[in-house]
Amino acid sequence: MRCALFVTCLVDSLFPEVGVSTARLLHHLGAEIDFPEEQICCGQPAYTAGFAAEARKVAKSLIRALEGYPYVVSPSGSCTAMIHHGTRDLFRDDPVWSERARDLASRSYELSQFIVGVLGVRDVGARFPARVAYHPACHGKRILGLGDEPVELLKNVRGLDLRDLPDARDCCGFGGMFSLKMGHLSSAMVQTKVRHIRETEAQVLVSTDMGCLMNIGGRIRREGGGIRVMHLAQLLDEGLRDRPVPVEPRT
Amino acid sequence: MRGGNMRPRAEAALLTPALGAAVKRATDSLRTRKDEATESLGNWEAWRERGREIRAHTIANLDAYLARFAESVQRRGGNVHFALDAGEAREIAARIVGEAGGRLVVKSKSMVTEEIRLNDRLEEDGVRVVETDLGEYILQLAHEKPSHIIAPAIHKTKEEIRQLLSHSAGRELPSDVRALLAHARETLRQLFLSADVGITGANFAIASTGTVVLFTNEGNADLSAAMPRVQIVVMGMERILPSFEDLEVFARLLPMSGTGQDVITYMTCLTGPRREGEEDGPREFHVIVLDGGRSNALGDPDFQEALHCIRCGACLNVCPVYREIGGHAYGSVYPGPIGAVLTPILDPRPDFSDLPWASSLCGACAEACPVKIPLPDMLVRLRERNVERGFTGSLERAAMRGFGRMFSGEGPYLKGLAKARSLQRLVARGGKIDAKIGPLSGWTGSRTAPAVAPRSFHDLWPDLRESLGKTVEEKSEDDG
Repeated sequence: MRCALFVTCLVDSLFPEVGVSTARLLHHLGAEIDFPEEQICCGQPAYTAGFAAEARKVAKSLIRALEGYPYVVSPSGSCTAMIHHGTRDLFRDDPVWSERARDLASRSYELSQFIVGVLGVRDVGARFPARVAYHPACHGKRILGLGDEPVELLKNVRGLDLRDLPDARDCCGFGGMFSLKMGHLSSAMVQTKVRHIRETEAQVLVSTDMGCLMNIGGRIRREGGGIRVMHLAQLLDEGLRDRPVPVEPRT
Repeated sequence: MRGGNMRPRAEAALLTPALGAAVKRATDSLRTRKDEATESLGNWEAWRERGREIRAHTIANLDAYLARFAESVQRRGGNVHFALDAGEAREIAARIVGEAGGRLVVKSKSMVTEEIRLNDRLEEDGVRVVETDLGEYILQLAHEKPSHIIAPAIHKTKEEIRQLLSHSAGRELPSDVRALLAHARETLRQLFLSADVGITGANFAIASTGTVVLFTNEGNADLSAAMPRVQIVVMGMERILPSFEDLEVFARLLPMSGTGQDVITYMTCLTGPRREGEEDGPREFHVIVLDGGRSNALGDPDFQEALHCIRCGACLNVCPVYREIGGHAYGSVYPGPIGAVLTPILDPRPDFSDLPWASSLCGACAEACPVKIPLPDMLVRLRERNVERGFTGSLERAAMRGFGRMFSGEGPYLKGLAKARSLQRLVARGGKIDAKIGPLSGWTGSRTAPAVAPRSFHDLWPDLRESLGKTVEEKSEDDG
């Protein structure tokens, strides 16, 4: 099963290790993966800030880069949601590019969606003995329509103790440019989120988007740490190697 | 409406932890009750879709339905006044009160009268105006504006309310809710009995019959309408529903979404003035229909759906921004996600251009909306409009132009990453950035930021591909 890995600009530039875990995980599950090197970004930062012309320019370059692959898989519900919704919105008045955008959307999947929905795998065979809280990232859930796939995968990880996260449905306060333009507000939101995460006594916080995890992780670190922040791909990949799970102390 | 810059108001609100706590507690209860009620009703998605269809049809044919509504009201002996803007609506209301010789006006809760700042205008003429919704009554004592569409005093703690009511009573009231309510009821009863004019809003206005429908939990709309000699209804022109059959759907959607109630406690239907042989009801019945910028959205495919709103407040209760700062920080009459959308549509001046940034675009509002208004899409569209109209700062414009160039080609992108790596040497420590400099300080003020990785995934891929290839070969050797 040939698929293009769309790692997203955030993973490529700031968290390449998440891309490595995603590639290894998909490879382990039998997918034949390629990384089209012209790919950069879906254009979401410009789109949600209202800079449609810039967003179109970036989105076009991604559409070109991912042309021809039967499957496109990304470790981001938000960027996949952009491909499914925002990109098509950007080209709503352009018949040629709107068709190319629709075509890309029809082939694009968020990682857990691809593993459960396309590969038909619910148990990747990982072992990860730790208390884990899961943050359901907003764009994956509400725009892309991602359901219980990440939870299914987590529940089948041996030794994993999945904790209920209070007010899990509330946004962590990232929101791209929002986190810079409305820094105080964004910061209040992430403090609320981290308070709830700490209430679960989880050792690990896991999610499907590095935007949220960068925000939540940045706050946890500023508070002195104590909770590892991992992308779902990292947790599953690490769980496949069956090493003792490192625990992060709070300073 | 204050307008101006929202950010300092949000920051001030965040410095009052009791405010966020009160708002979170109240919205938690409202949204939990909504979830429970809609679940036990069943088929909630089908109800929402039916609601959306009715609102879409009504607003698409608003001119015809408004004309029918006006005819129906007049047929039943009422008067309809169309007002283009807030000023016109205020003057019409002031004239009616003046001609009736009104000295005391009782009002039931109405957001549209907040929109036209009606109380201030009537008070200029020496008229006493009393709010009879308990929440509004409390706010009137506090000289404050509502901070929520259906729960106006949501930001107030019980102790604050006790102090306000004690002050008005001239004696210390106990903190017991029953005692506080009893005091308010006694005071308001006297006022209902002696008022000359009653003013209400309208939750819905039925075109086929000319009926104004009000939803309350306190019965104060009934008293405001039935006791005084003259009644004035002030409504936004989009409050129309075609028929009572349509009302049946909204009699479910509105209380369920707003407070999680199966049905509202009092649904008041007012059709024209008192008729021959009737023992109560007003002698005069006036309806003021306000445009107030609503026609800006009519016919605009990006914004028309904002007129579908039924003012249930569900989007406020689930909004993580609203839950942190409450309603006053928005600086607009309508707060929360619907306020952030509606306000700049009704008033397109730059004053409210930062309201569309009062959202992380998490989508909780659209998910909660009983008529499925795509609020996040509209917020994005309003941000686009800001860019088109030049309301965006030069730093942001330059940054976004740079983003467009750097992130649309592999060459400029890799070069940009290299440049960022060399620049960040000044601030990054161990792959992390804590320095509070420039626009980054919005982030680093409370969070550690990651540094650009020494090697991007682009850089790692060739080796990774090779190592994955090897495991494929090993596997096939094992299999062989």
